[in-house]
Amino acid sequence: MAKKRMIQAINETLDREMARDPKVVVFGEDVEISLFGDTRGLKDKHGAHRVRNMPISETVMSGMAVGAAAAGYKVVCHMMFGNFMYTGFDSIANQASKLRYMTAGQIALPIVYMGVFGGGRSAAAQHSDAMHPMFMNLGGIKVALPATPADAMGLLRSAIHDPNPVVFLQAAGRGGEQGEVPEGDHVVELGKASTVREGDDVTVVAIGAMVRPAMRSAQNLAEEGIGVDLIDPRTVVPLDREMIFGSVRKTGRLVVVDEARDMCSAASHIAAICADQCFDALTAPIRRVTVPDVALPYSPSLEKALLPNEGSISDTIRRLLGKAAAETEEA
Amino acid sequence: MSTAPSDVNFSDEQMLGFYREMLRIRRVEEQIGKDAKAGNIPGAVHLYIGQEAVGVGVCSQLTDDDWIASTHRGHGHYLAKGGDSKLLMAEIYGRETGMCKGHGGSMHVADFSKGIIGANGIVGAGISITTGAAWAAQMDGTGAVAVAFFGDGAANQGVLGEALNVAVLWKLPVIFVCENNGFSEFSPSSTVTAGKIVDRAKPYGALHEAVDGNDLIAVHQCAARAIRHARTGNGPSLIEARTYRQRGHVEAEASFLRSKYRSDDEVAEWIARDPIPALAKRIMDAGQASQADLDQVEADIAAEVAEAVKFAEGSPYPDPATQGTNFMFA
Ligand SMILES: Cc1ncc(C[n+]2csc(CCOP(=O)(O)OP(=O)(O)O)c2C)c(N)n1
Ligand SMILES: [Mg+2]
Repeated sequence: MAKKRMIQAINETLDREMARDPKVVVFGEDVEISLFGDTRGLKDKHGAHRVRNMPISETVMSGMAVGAAAAGYKVVCHMMFGNFMYTGFDSIANQASKLRYMTAGQIALPIVYMGVFGGGRSAAAQHSDAMHPMFMNLGGIKVALPATPADAMGLLRSAIHDPNPVVFLQAAGRGGEQGEVPEGDHVVELGKASTVREGDDVTVVAIGAMVRPAMRSAQNLAEEGIGVDLIDPRTVVPLDREMIFGSVRKTGRLVVVDEARDMCSAASHIAAICADQCFDALTAPIRRVTVPDVALPYSPSLEKALLPNEGSISDTIRRLLGKAAAETEEA
Repeated sequence: MSTAPSDVNFSDEQMLGFYREMLRIRRVEEQIGKDAKAGNIPGAVHLYIGQEAVGVGVCSQLTDDDWIASTHRGHGHYLAKGGDSKLLMAEIYGRETGMCKGHGGSMHVADFSKGIIGANGIVGAGISITTGAAWAAQMDGTGAVAVAFFGDGAANQGVLGEALNVAVLWKLPVIFVCENNGFSEFSPSSTVTAGKIVDRAKPYGALHEAVDGNDLIAVHQCAARAIRHARTGNGPSLIEARTYRQRGHVEAEASFLRSKYRSDDEVAEWIARDPIPALAKRIMDAGQASQADLDQVEADIAAEVAEAVKFAEGSPYPDPATQGTNFMFA
């Protein structure tokens, strides 16, 4: 085990997979110099043909990924900010997610659409969305949201070699977060959730950057005698339903924490399937901790109030268990 | 606009081959048109009738290693690139034996084993996909090229500018073939398209040429220049082939349109310039084939069409118990 920063884990994984497989290529705006650091140094190592700067042309870019993948390459299409995936959405939604289906499985499309997502840094409304629910609804796209450097490494490796398109979302501004990473090759299968922490009183499913505040909440609540079973799905497509159901059947309570806007969020989907499948086991209503249905504002005071945080997660859990939330009411 | 000089030399066999490919598309599509009217086809069909010289002129110079992407009007490109007519017909009929097992239909026929990325229901979508396939071909270093067929309407999608820009910068072996058939759905091109489409390549420095899209030989020669340019590493081209859509935008249009968008005279004028009789005349005038040869081609194709229909009609519909949810993920 070694400690690594998230961005370093991603960078090393890209490097290793490019070295392992000459079919892996990376392209996007400024990938040569690399805005976030995740693609830094790759061009020098792997050549200008395999690591290419794109003009600011998201529409053609997302479609080029489809063409290059159909023609046999494993394509990492770096869209920079997840919000720019909306700019290039047509080829993701109409081509990448459907071409295999429409042609009865004639092709595989190993594409990773990569981008940062989420708020918390005063990036304002057009650079802060959590767009994973939109991709969940497309049907033919996998969606990975690593919460730790180790998971980033393991999920990215799987995503690059997966024969399907995968949207790989890095939590914005968390690239510097450190975590233990196994030495050598590390693989995390897409569709396998992880149990971050075990407890018997309530299941908390936290997605992406929400895992960290949920973990802090669970640690603090443990001191109050509340046991949180904390699950990180790691990918929302495929979703590890069985692990979530198993936990909900054990605890009888469910809180889902998602950085997406509430309407049609991953949280609302998870809540719905748990209501369907675990109704008899539930002893309390399902709660969602999400972002209200507004765009994210710029000012730190406004933004902070809208994003789920340790305080809002803890309060939700305490209320669910019939405990007073007074202690963190002002957090 | 380039037209074919009269002294071009193609062998008798080549000339008859062009004729056969064009006629094959025509007769298959006439059958599809009939079937659509008879209610045998579940979805919409957009026929390529009148534009065959473009698809055949270009695709007759490509191999299975070259890529093409097509449009909603895609049967012609599929057949010209070597697609099987039985599998096409069964697909359009929505049958289990179709090219896409009934999952795609007319607007999604594809055969990746032949480099046919497929028809596409999104206007302009093939432009970016072929640009990416051309990038792959460039990395492979095999000299393969990618061709995007698209309409005059699609030329108004912003992606064309994006693709020309990156394709010129990266010297990608891609050929953008715009088939200007006069209409974007029911809007005459002049009402929705400013300037000349072929000129849109100019500011990017891409090779560009306008050609008479009803002249098979002219299209062939123009495409030959663009393909050579791409295969030898010199980058992209834009071809604007002026042609005409003889049939409706969609076969069913008479049943829902309440007014006309073009005159009968205009249609008649263009039917008089139909590319297939024009090629037949050229072949006969040059003594490259006899009427009997052409009749034989006609008979062979009639048999092929009959067999395709029989195959489609005799095929089962896909069973929802075992099909329909299979292909989302690999
Ligand atoms: C993105 C998109 N916009 C609109 C349509 C609806 N539509 C289908 S065909 C068509 C006209 C296309 O015109 P053109 O590109 O000239 O092709 P043609 O039909 O003439 O072959 C339109 C508007 C569509 N399928 N996709
Ligand atoms: Mg048109």
